[in-house]
Amino acid sequence: MLTTLIFLPLAGALGIALLPRGREGAVRWAGLGVSLLVLLAAARVFQAFDASSGAMQMVEQAPWVPAFGISYRVGVDGISLLLVGLTAVIFPIALLSSWAAIADRVKAFTMAILGLETAVLGTFLSLDLILFYVFWEAVLIPMAFLIALWGGPNRRYAAIKFFLYTMAASVLMLIAIIATHVLGAVLLWERTFDIERLATMVLPVRTQGWLFAAFALAFAVKVPIWPLHTWLPDAHTEAPTAGSVILAAILLKMGTYGFVRFGPTLFPDALVASAPLLAALAIVGILYGAAVSWAQTDLKRLIAFSSVSHLGFVMLGIAAMNEQGFQGALIQMVNHGVSTGALFLIVGVLYERTHSREIADYGGVAARMPRFAAIFTIVLLSSAALPGTNGFVGEFLILLGAFRTSTWWAALAVGGVILSAVYLLWAYQQVMHGPLVAKHPERLLELTRREVLVFVPLIALIFAIGVYPKPLLDRSEAAVQAALERLNRTAATTLPARAVVRVQR
Amino acid sequence: MLPVAAYLALSAVLFTMGVVGVLVRRNALIVFISIELMLNSVNLAFIAFARQHLGIDGQVIVFFVLVVAAVEVVVGLALIVEIFRSRSTVDIDDVDLLRG
Amino acid sequence: MSFVPLILVWPLLGWLVNGLAGRRLSRTVSGLVACAAVGASFATAALALAAYVQASAAQAASAAEGASQTALSVIVPLFTWLGAGDLWVQASLQVDALSLTMALVVSGVGFLIHVYSIGYMAHDPNVSRYFAYLNLFIFAMLLLVMAGNLLVLFVGWELVGVCSYLLIGFWFARPAAAAAGRKAFVVNRIGDAAFLLGLFLLFTALGTLDISEIRHRVGELPDGLRLAAALLLFAGATGKSAQLPLHVWLPDAMEGPTPVSALIHAATMVTAGVFLVARLDTLFLSSPAALVVIATIGALTAFYAATVALRQHDLKRVLAYSTISQLGYMFVAMGAIAPAIGIFHLVTHAFFKALLFLSAGSVMHAMHDVIDVRRLGGLARTVRWTAAGFIIGGLALAGIPPFAGFFSKDLILEHAFALGMASGNYIPYALGLLTAFVTAVYITRAVALTFFGVPAEAGAHPHESPPVMLWPMALLAVLSVAGGALGAHAAGEPLLRFLAPLLGAVEVEGAAAPHPPAAILMGISVAVAFAGVLTGWIVHRNRRDPSLGAMGTLLEQRWYVDALYDRSIVAPGHATGRWMAGPVDLGVIDAAVNGVGRLFAALGAASRRLQTGYARQYALSVLIGAVLIVGYWILR
Repeated sequence: MLTTLIFLPLAGALGIALLPRGREGAVRWAGLGVSLLVLLAAARVFQAFDASSGAMQMVEQAPWVPAFGISYRVGVDGISLLLVGLTAVIFPIALLSSWAAIADRVKAFTMAILGLETAVLGTFLSLDLILFYVFWEAVLIPMAFLIALWGGPNRRYAAIKFFLYTMAASVLMLIAIIATHVLGAVLLWERTFDIERLATMVLPVRTQGWLFAAFALAFAVKVPIWPLHTWLPDAHTEAPTAGSVILAAILLKMGTYGFVRFGPTLFPDALVASAPLLAALAIVGILYGAAVSWAQTDLKRLIAFSSVSHLGFVMLGIAAMNEQGFQGALIQMVNHGVSTGALFLIVGVLYERTHSREIADYGGVAARMPRFAAIFTIVLLSSAALPGTNGFVGEFLILLGAFRTSTWWAALAVGGVILSAVYLLWAYQQVMHGPLVAKHPERLLELTRREVLVFVPLIALIFAIGVYPKPLLDRSEAAVQAALERLNRTAATTLPARAVVRVQR
Repeated sequence: MLPVAAYLALSAVLFTMGVVGVLVRRNALIVFISIELMLNSVNLAFIAFARQHLGIDGQVIVFFVLVVAAVEVVVGLALIVEIFRSRSTVDIDDVDLLRG
Repeated sequence: MSFVPLILVWPLLGWLVNGLAGRRLSRTVSGLVACAAVGASFATAALALAAYVQASAAQAASAAEGASQTALSVIVPLFTWLGAGDLWVQASLQVDALSLTMALVVSGVGFLIHVYSIGYMAHDPNVSRYFAYLNLFIFAMLLLVMAGNLLVLFVGWELVGVCSYLLIGFWFARPAAAAAGRKAFVVNRIGDAAFLLGLFLLFTALGTLDISEIRHRVGELPDGLRLAAALLLFAGATGKSAQLPLHVWLPDAMEGPTPVSALIHAATMVTAGVFLVARLDTLFLSSPAALVVIATIGALTAFYAATVALRQHDLKRVLAYSTISQLGYMFVAMGAIAPAIGIFHLVTHAFFKALLFLSAGSVMHAMHDVIDVRRLGGLARTVRWTAAGFIIGGLALAGIPPFAGFFSKDLILEHAFALGMASGNYIPYALGLLTAFVTAVYITRAVALTFFGVPAEAGAHPHESPPVMLWPMALLAVLSVAGGALGAHAAGEPLLRFLAPLLGAVEVEGAAAPHPPAAILMGISVAVAFAGVLTGWIVHRNRRDPSLGAMGTLLEQRWYVDALYDRSIVAPGHATGRWMAGPVDLGVIDAAVNGVGRLFAALGAASRRLQTGYARQYALSVLIGAVLIVGYWILR
């Protein structure tokens, strides 16, 4: 089932390649149809998932390069399940949102998006390090094309920066993967890249530290953790709306997912030891991202920096190393995908109408587009973590988890909660309130039916997760407990006393 | 029977001629012939060693070299012809598209 | 009492109807739907009250002997909201004396304000959006007061903030309104952040967020922790209840439609802080140091805001500062270990402050949105009913017997005096008494300038408001007169006795409550109130308004607190953001990244010279390389 899920979009993309030239409507519908099928498949997985087990489920395996112990091995647990669900939801929305915005090379665009979906799903579901690495790097290719071909005026600079920055950071991970494999061959007498097998070996803390550093660098750039974030504003600003949405909603999660997936399994001691550092960087990111957001004049850059701030929360939850923190981090990944994805869609709506991203070019839009204003308000409040919306559930759990690990972490991070209200409402006021400011007010037309349809699922998710997050939390609970168990065990036994951070459930 | 050293000396002389030819001549065809000369000098050395060690490896490799040389001739000549067609010259110093 | 959740469902339904289908409804239908929703909520709350009284009577009968003092508290569970690890939050409602009192005030006063809004907003094109927000506001406040779990309370707490943001900025085309809404939300958020930390502290220490469990188990906590939690939660309360130093949002909130001001100031929102202290009375009252802080902040705020109100020219702004001041009184009551008295004042204040605001709105309605007292005058002759309403509210505010405000304020002063007797700290009492005088002066000034003397602007033709606006005012006027009976000794103190089992049960060590000379204190406060009214009348008779010189400027500028915040926090904050975005982010961090890129570009530029394009040169370098390698191997 998982293999079908992963390769369905790719198969769809190949199918679309066969469609005759010039049939753009057909291409669009086909792309949407394929992504909806993927959603259906993901829903099946979500339904068939056994929430009571923290182990990998629905594992599928086939030898790939047996000589080196490389295999095709995929499986899902509570951690990846949420992200798979998020991916499956976001892609149809991204395709639907570019219905009118993308007019040239529609076929290539649709294929790039679908190819991206396969790569992303593969990244989240791989259980083999090499397979993971292949998918991880494969993500870059369609994304770089999306930015470079359909992006804004400065797109080539942004695309190259994005590609080189993330690629350079991942190369070290490849070396660490090979090193892990070699260590596995020595310690386990087995040539394997299987994560679960490799997780059974006990490495010295120093070795773990070096390997984890290489992995963490790749993940940190992707998250992005301050100060490795500068590719993000450029990439976001120049990418087309659908690209920004996918970048923010899903690609950034690959980084945080990497921490949650590989930290507790392969390098538990190193993760525990580096928690204070991660937390410190996360808190700097939260406050820094928020403060810098406030100073932006470009709407997309503002949202990009708000992502730095929000993902700081996710990292803080991971660094808290307790159940509230981890659960909060997981659900916050989903939340950020939904809310920030929606925010980029909102900027896209404005950009489609006036071709400007400058905050100063707008004002009083709410009076012309009341329905749009209502949607914007809801998304904004969700991003500012208002109780009753999804953002609150995540931030509350993360802050609670952080508080129980260190009072100071939470006390500092809470500043981010205040600042998020400051910059989001400031931006909203500049764009939507006040007297009407626009070069072409007649272009500020109310949302079309299709555009409303784009937002409806996201708004529904915002409230559903905000009011009743239990289905998600239940599904990830067992996996989180299993991960924490590993961390606890190592913290209790192998670490020197000074490196032990308080790890608690 | 001549000592192996004689064959090797001839091989070295041929190889040096080839090297000098590649370095000093500008006509692409001559350069090409010089390269063939170098390849065959190496072949000679292989045969000589094979004979000395009474093994067959050297002779096998010679066949490989011959095949490679033949392929090279095919591709190389095609290139040269194509260059002549487009530039009306076979002077390799005039072909400097890769200058940095 | 399974029907209790309906109290919340009605306004929520009203919100959904007006929010989703509002544009398809006519103005009247919109208004009626909203009013019906809140009215139904009030009726349901009244039914709940009846059921509760019955149930607690039954409980008292069954437990006639022994512990008959325990207050009945019914928990209505709704659903499991979220759980992670040992955190398990059950969304539940709590029905007891406090929550019922608050629910009745919120929905009752809220209902009257809704009805009034039909008239006031009759000509606004976005009336359905207005009523949707209004209903959501009522829902949020009811959720806040009825929550059985501290986290659910926090949901209501923040939702109230959002609703205030939406409603204050309702006329968002006016930049001042949009800015005021944002300011309200952000300032509230600061308090909310502290609230959140307090919540974490309580959960970490007690392992629960259930309100009744926290109430019963705070004794387990060490003193320092209890103090920290109390102060953090109180910091949240200062944000919502506009106490120093987080009071700055409330006066700006005047930018919203006037009924919204009435709602924020009287029935909802600002009372939340006072309510929180009463809700977690055991936590606050068992921490003496926290009580000192609460009483002091309350007294200082009361005095500060009253003085500022002396020199405000916007009639609504006068009322806004008076709200801040009156809330200060409520916190003084909390600090003086008299939460029930604080709630009593909250109730009477809800009546007369709603009346004052609705009357002010009626003045605006009559004068075509002129609200600057310098441009008003003589309105008592033209808009009689409005004038009567405002004057009744003003008398209640000034604490003139037998109006409602007198009873509650007098009781607060009495308890503040008792606090002084017990602890030697007479500051709250002294400031409270002084504030009572100032209060009487400023409200008399407002009345004198607005309703008496010669109209400032000839040619204005004030017209009385329609009945749909006057009737709610009339009802509130009756309540402002009669509301004192809820806590008057002569009337049997029904409200205080209702609350007593819940809020009176707090035992404070070593506080053998001293009995102050009640009659003398009452005499003093009546005298002070009359003196204030008299002073105000003498000074401001015939619409004279002396500027008070430098002192007056200081007050007009609100002691420069707002300017100080702008200059010391907001502007530097924004500048820091810009500095980090420019020099730091682009200038250092991103420059470092691009620097790496440029480094490699420079390396490439240097090495490209090797690529001459002469094939023979390449061949030569190959040869040299080969010679070198071979040479190395030979000579090694």
